[in-house]
Amino acid sequence: MAALWGAVIFSGIYHGFNPAMGWPLAVSAALFERKKSALFKATIALGIGHLLSMLIILLPFSILTSFIIWESEIRIAAGLLVMSLGVYLLINNRHPKFLARIPPSKLALWSFLAALAHGAGLMLVPIFLGLCAPEDFDTGHQAAQTLMGSKIETALVVALIHTLAMSFIGAFLATIVYFWLGLKFISKTWFNLDAVWAISLILVGAIGLFTAINHA
Amino acid sequence: MNLRPDPTFYATAELAMKAPAEKLAFTLMLSPDGTKPDGLAVVDVNPKSKTYGDILHSLFMPNLGDEFHHFGWNACSSSLSPLTGHAFLERRYLIIPGIRSSRIYVIDVKEPLKAKIHRIIEADEIMEKTGYSRPHTIHCGPEGIYVSTLGGGGADGTDGPPGIFIMDCETFDILGRYEMDRGAQEKGYDFWWNLPRDYMVSSEWGLPPQYENGIVAEDLLSNKYGHSIHFWDLRARKNVQTIDLGANHQMALEIRPAHDPAKEYGFCGVVVDTSNLEGAIFTWWRKEDGTFEAKKTITIPPVAADPDDLPELLKGFSAVPPLVTDIDLSLDDKYLYVACWGTGEMHQYDVSDPMNPVLNGKIEIGGIVTKTKHANGKEFGYGPQMLEISRDGKRVYWTNSLYSTWDDQFYPGERGAAMVMADVADNGDFTLNKDFWVNFPKGYRSHQIRLEGGDCSTDSFCFPSV
Repeated sequence: MAALWGAVIFSGIYHGFNPAMGWPLAVSAALFERKKSALFKATIALGIGHLLSMLIILLPFSILTSFIIWESEIRIAAGLLVMSLGVYLLINNRHPKFLARIPPSKLALWSFLAALAHGAGLMLVPIFLGLCAPEDFDTGHQAAQTLMGSKIETALVVALIHTLAMSFIGAFLATIVYFWLGLKFISKTWFNLDAVWAISLILVGAIGLFTAINHA
Repeated sequence: MNLRPDPTFYATAELAMKAPAEKLAFTLMLSPDGTKPDGLAVVDVNPKSKTYGDILHSLFMPNLGDEFHHFGWNACSSSLSPLTGHAFLERRYLIIPGIRSSRIYVIDVKEPLKAKIHRIIEADEIMEKTGYSRPHTIHCGPEGIYVSTLGGGGADGTDGPPGIFIMDCETFDILGRYEMDRGAQEKGYDFWWNLPRDYMVSSEWGLPPQYENGIVAEDLLSNKYGHSIHFWDLRARKNVQTIDLGANHQMALEIRPAHDPAKEYGFCGVVVDTSNLEGAIFTWWRKEDGTFEAKKTITIPPVAADPDDLPELLKGFSAVPPLVTDIDLSLDDKYLYVACWGTGEMHQYDVSDPMNPVLNGKIEIGGIVTKTKHANGKEFGYGPQMLEISRDGKRVYWTNSLYSTWDDQFYPGERGAAMVMADVADNGDFTLNKDFWVNFPKGYRSHQIRLEGGDCSTDSFCFPSV
């Protein structure tokens, strides 16, 4: 359980460090507007987009998980889905072109779609389903409705904690680059994580699949 | 794909200025009569090298009659915006269009001295996918590689307006037209943009029948060449404003926005004012309300001349127009260089105040009447034309050919290809370098120059230089 919450935070930190998730845009905003507050505003816009992108994936799963009898089928299907996205991204490392058409002023929209396109929300699904696993809830004594309610709550908490971790790291990097390190840092510390990202999806999916099969 | 961003990508223009100096230049060579294949010359520009100024390698194309003109990189500093998703492209390929053949060559220069053809895109494919012909300016940007064109469909390129199309920045496949709403834009030439501010500016030369067989004097005197600049919502692909510079301002060519995207202004060079033969530079800027304005900030007067010293085309005027054919802005947005191809002068303006440029330096070389020799005593044919500034702003390179058929009208006879360089001292002093001279193969003319690792007319920066 603690490991799963750890994974939620860790994935947030991981997304936060990746410049592709947007922290250089927060530096850019502060430089353009010539005020520090723009850095935090941009970080919040990026965070809102990311949060919504998590929720749009996690909420449907939180509703699905109330069908207790298909619990393992759902977890197996989710694991396979996440793995196949990982395999797809590993083979096809091309970036979706529509992202380049979003105006730079619409940071939240960009962040939402970028996270969606890269399966950032899907990466959380197996972790979320692990957190929702029946042994952690006294399911026998709970009505389906309250069960669903508690899972929606879990989805909200997972998305929020993940996004807070991401935004915290993003704001931290943007701040040190803005005040001390300078923009040179952007190209110096940017690593191509495409393959690592795709493999992470495959791993997370596989772990989800493995634990689901073990449960069944 | 790289594991790290290409080391020649810079977040800001300021960082690009601090990068190591260029050691190689790429220069286009064209065969004016199409009897030989056009080529790419790799020139040694390292002053410490024993082969300084030599062409170290030449790559000739497998076709005749391409007429090489402008060219550009597959990727530049614009890749460093997280918005594009292209951070790991390599600056590796030169995209060279044939302005006459409408063919595009993709040249792999990963090993510059072994430059080789990576892909050839034929005119038919471009026409089929875009309806455009005569590709011209290349810029790498958010959606891939943007290519402006001068012609539409049909044999003479007047079936439909020219425009901009987009190529995939990895496969080089032609993706299609850029414009969703071109507004009043009917002619094409140059374009550039401010990426974070999300606008693009484009300019107008003339339609193919107005230039392919030479300048059409009647069209010029009746002000039928391009004289407007267009402002676009870059990502919405929509023309939002057209500014007519005035019909007498014929041929609005090079668009040079400030490199620092925090500055919302730029310049545009006008070849000739038909009311008085002046050359002109307009400063354009974006206002608080998001609309644009333009104002003439530099004029360069014509020089009186004896008709006997003038080519047919100019005899009736008894004067040489400056003919502002190329302009380029240093990466610190401080100096604007202006090529006066007719009078044989390269001007250097201090544009620290873009609304009040000040002439800071001038080099006389070539020219229709003056025919000023190079400081090394050699003949410099034609006039100063395509110019390129080093990233650090300390060296300005230029060649001498404008366009095959126009060269022949203004400068009859073969005058030889040239590429020279001038030094810019820390205090701004602008002087021709005596030691740098490139010998081109006979029968060729020289056109645009690109510098290894980027220069002042290729890279678009996404972060302010603060």
